[in-house]
Amino acid sequence: MSEKNGRRRLAIIASKGTLDWAYPPFILATAAGAMNWEVAIFFTFYGLPLLKKKLDASVSPLGNPAMPMKMPFGPLEKIDLPIPNLIMSNVPGFQQMATALMKKTFKKKGVASIEELRDMAVEMDVRLIGCQMTMDVFGFKKEDFIDEAEIGGAATFLEFAADANVTLFI
Amino acid sequence: MADIPIAETLDCSGLLCPMPVVKTNKAIKNLKVGEVLEMIATDPGSIPDMEAWAKQTGHELLEAKEEGGKYRFLIKKTH
Repeated sequence: MSEKNGRRRLAIIASKGTLDWAYPPFILATAAGAMNWEVAIFFTFYGLPLLKKKLDASVSPLGNPAMPMKMPFGPLEKIDLPIPNLIMSNVPGFQQMATALMKKTFKKKGVASIEELRDMAVEMDVRLIGCQMTMDVFGFKKEDFIDEAEIGGAATFLEFAADANVTLFI
Repeated sequence: MADIPIAETLDCSGLLCPMPVVKTNKAIKNLKVGEVLEMIATDPGSIPDMEAWAKQTGHELLEAKEEGGKYRFLIKKTH
């Protein structure tokens, strides 16, 4: 419990920026926000692009051997397409197709988009902290990010996380 | 059981986690203390999630049950 205001606290490090990995931090942050928890997400390394004004997260089957490949509709909907991981990840355009399929499936099933979840997090006053060091390394500017993003470093996150009830590295 | 007067109904049909709790939390802010919000969902996970949400926020979950493939919740605003 935060000593400052008696609210529970959730501190998350978001270190991955693919579409599949973008979901957990935003789902947990908005669920915690809905329970009146105080939340901060520290976006670092490949998680940092999730703060960009225009989100472009995609998902790759490469190195994702457990990712089910399913059509979002039609006769193949219930079938796991038996395409070997190594083959599908080497076909040009497969990543774009996998991304489009995942977005379509999520929408059809009623999962909010990353954009919607991020907007809700902003509305709930979730602190969205961009990692300064990652910005310097990969060449991002503050203007690349949504206005609500703040910039900080490891100490900024740790200062918040010191009083957290739940701390997650994603 | 006498009918509980419902101040507002929120339909979360078709929405998955975390939307039912997020929308419920938003909707309950517009109610007065003591008023009851009815929330309808189709996500089976909304039963344990609404119970957890009520415990965390302190609002009172008067009812949580399945009715013909839908889940109906009655939540009383307590603060």
